[in-house]
Amino acid sequence: MTPEEFKKIGEAHQKKRESFNYNINVCTAAACVSLQSEKVKEELIKQVKEQNKKDDCRVSGTGCLGLCASGPLITINKNKALYGGVKPEDAPEIVKNIAKKPVKRLQIPTDMPFFARQTKMALEHCGKTDPEVIGDYLAKEGYEALYNCLTTMEPNEVIDMMVKSGLRGRGGGGYPVGLKWSTVHKAVGFKKFVICNADEGDPGAFMDRSMLESDPHSIIEGMAIGAYAVGASHGYVYIRGEYPLAIKRLRAAIRQAERQNFLGKNICGTPFSFDVEIRLGAGAFVCGEETALIASIEGKRGTPRPRPPYPAQFGLWGHPTLINNVETFANISPIVRKGADYYASIGTERSKGTKVFALAGSINNTGLIEVPMGITLREIVFEIGGGIVGGKKFKAVQTGGPSGGCIPEEYLDMKVDYESLAQVGSIMGSGGMIVMDETSCMVDVAKYFMDFCRSESCGKCAPCRVGTAQMYNLLNLISQGKATMHDLALLEELCDVVRNTSLCGLGQTSANPVLSTIRFFRDEYLAHINDKKCPAGVCAIEHKEEAVL
Amino acid sequence: MSSSVKIKTLTIDERQVGARENQTILEVARENGIKIPTLCYLKGLSPYGGCRMCIVEIAGSPKLLPSCMTTVEEGMVVSTNSDRIKKYRKNLLELYFSERNHVCSVCASNGYCELQSMAQKVEMSHVHFPYMYPHLDVDATHERYVLDHNRCIACTRCVRVCDEIEGAHTLDIKDRGIEVRIITDLDRPWGESETCTQCGKCVHVCPTGALIERGKSVGEMSKRKQLLPYLTKMREAHE
Repeated sequence: MTPEEFKKIGEAHQKKRESFNYNINVCTAAACVSLQSEKVKEELIKQVKEQNKKDDCRVSGTGCLGLCASGPLITINKNKALYGGVKPEDAPEIVKNIAKKPVKRLQIPTDMPFFARQTKMALEHCGKTDPEVIGDYLAKEGYEALYNCLTTMEPNEVIDMMVKSGLRGRGGGGYPVGLKWSTVHKAVGFKKFVICNADEGDPGAFMDRSMLESDPHSIIEGMAIGAYAVGASHGYVYIRGEYPLAIKRLRAAIRQAERQNFLGKNICGTPFSFDVEIRLGAGAFVCGEETALIASIEGKRGTPRPRPPYPAQFGLWGHPTLINNVETFANISPIVRKGADYYASIGTERSKGTKVFALAGSINNTGLIEVPMGITLREIVFEIGGGIVGGKKFKAVQTGGPSGGCIPEEYLDMKVDYESLAQVGSIMGSGGMIVMDETSCMVDVAKYFMDFCRSESCGKCAPCRVGTAQMYNLLNLISQGKATMHDLALLEELCDVVRNTSLCGLGQTSANPVLSTIRFFRDEYLAHINDKKCPAGVCAIEHKEEAVL
Repeated sequence: MSSSVKIKTLTIDERQVGARENQTILEVARENGIKIPTLCYLKGLSPYGGCRMCIVEIAGSPKLLPSCMTTVEEGMVVSTNSDRIKKYRKNLLELYFSERNHVCSVCASNGYCELQSMAQKVEMSHVHFPYMYPHLDVDATHERYVLDHNRCIACTRCVRVCDEIEGAHTLDIKDRGIEVRIITDLDRPWGESETCTQCGKCVHVCPTGALIERGKSVGEMSKRKQLLPYLTKMREAHE
């Protein structure tokens, strides 16, 4: 297909959109769907018909609008209204008032910091296009980046562009993307693979899911560009089975892309061929670790193996393999379109660009945000996030899931980038951010994450298999008020052993939630141990009368 | 040996040694009489990298790497027995002992157990992590062998030997984390297994008393350590 042809498709879609005075977009990402947004959409379509506004209004689905706390969300293009908490029974009123003033009681101001403070790169199409229609994506310069790479750039130039952009892996490790791509490019092999890691498993994280549900084509395009740069001909998306909607949309998107020849043989008439297959995860957190993920795709038990050799040299079935996270691939086409320099101009010295975060926990504006690197935690929590629910006192923010740590109030003005977060004993991680208020007990939080690691450990190496179980037992004792100072010392010793001797990232980082809570909230641990009290009143501590002898 | 094999030189415990490329640190160390303890590694089987006993320090790398799966590099400086590693090895052994019911005095492998002798070697005087005392089954349905989960350290030597050497793949692992168990066929009693060839290789590669011959009493189950090296040698000669 020539660029003229696919531009034409895009323009046709755009024209069709513009031929209606009012485009009503209903969010159909999982959070809103769970609040009956599909029903809202049906009802709106019905009302448009009944009120004879069929030539005037069009109702379509769209990707995630971000503010999941106020779902289901709908937008109307003409009067730029954003409605939240829409119920199916609100449909008649919305359609009736479409040419008049917006419905006040449902309206959400679009100039609030939640929207104004964001910088969209990876999420640029989320909430603006219908994820199930390729024409919508093409109307937004979709697949142009791929076409330009294939026709005007050498693989080396694409890699150079990634190096210049300063993009780092968004899966958590923060490994430079350009460096990884050039390693795979240079690796010798008659066959190479590209894998998109969509096995998002951190509690409270939903960035990858939302991106796949809202803009699946941008991930396919990113993968295809990556494949061209490293010389791969086959790709896999390893997506967790718990994301049925994302799987459905991705499947549909792959089919559409194949039909329009953005995937398959001789893409866009060039010698480059690339196809993508989906592999479903079966509920193992450890399969997000790249070597375990590869084992799982190969049909083996999903357990990690020691690195080196890295997948870049010895990956899927022994072939050089490029593995990147969903968000990383979503950033590729914006970088190619807008230029590496533009991307590198956002962010801090060593962490460039933007980062998507999933806000969860005790925060008013739970949802999906994308912010420039270097923004402070305070801005994220109190401006974008709208502060703590019920005006309670902020206690900590947990980043990086079970591999991360809890960051207390005194570090709220810290800049968010890979290095700063590591300095305070947490990690960037994939972007989950759980905000906790004064009613959270930090021992209980550490216990929760250790329980998660314990049950998700694959059991291959002894320190993770036994160590996490031992740590969980000790945390359990502390939370029950049955522990002594000796147990706390033992816990700290175990943290050190497990962190240094475990095989893969799961074990090596499993101690982080414990270490960071001990570091910043030691007094809470001491209160549980010495005073047999839970300051937040979360842990059930049995008070036994001391035996009188 | 073809002349195209490259030779690398490296330092292990302050000793200059030479190695063929693609050799692991563990192989080179053992060739040179440097002892590195192992539990899951067994010459003749594919490396596993799970027991973590063979971890070594490599200058310039913050991470401890398993020597059984790390290939040599030119100019590498390896330390196999630093105080830090000794401490971790001792801690790891304590974790093994705390995990299941390793009661030597009533174990058929008492005196012949690799876990036991390693504890003596690293001078593990006691276990300072709490014992977990799990309730575990013993599968004594097989007419010749017994699988005692109480003694298993999940090193998977038996799984690998059954798959790679015997080719039966009767044994495998189920579940994950602290719940991992060795299973026969699709988690059926061993005695009902249709794939087991009764060869007994699993018993003789098992480092502990988890796999024993039926009828062996306390301290009677010595393992034929030479079985696997012999088989491997004969195979190599045959090829």
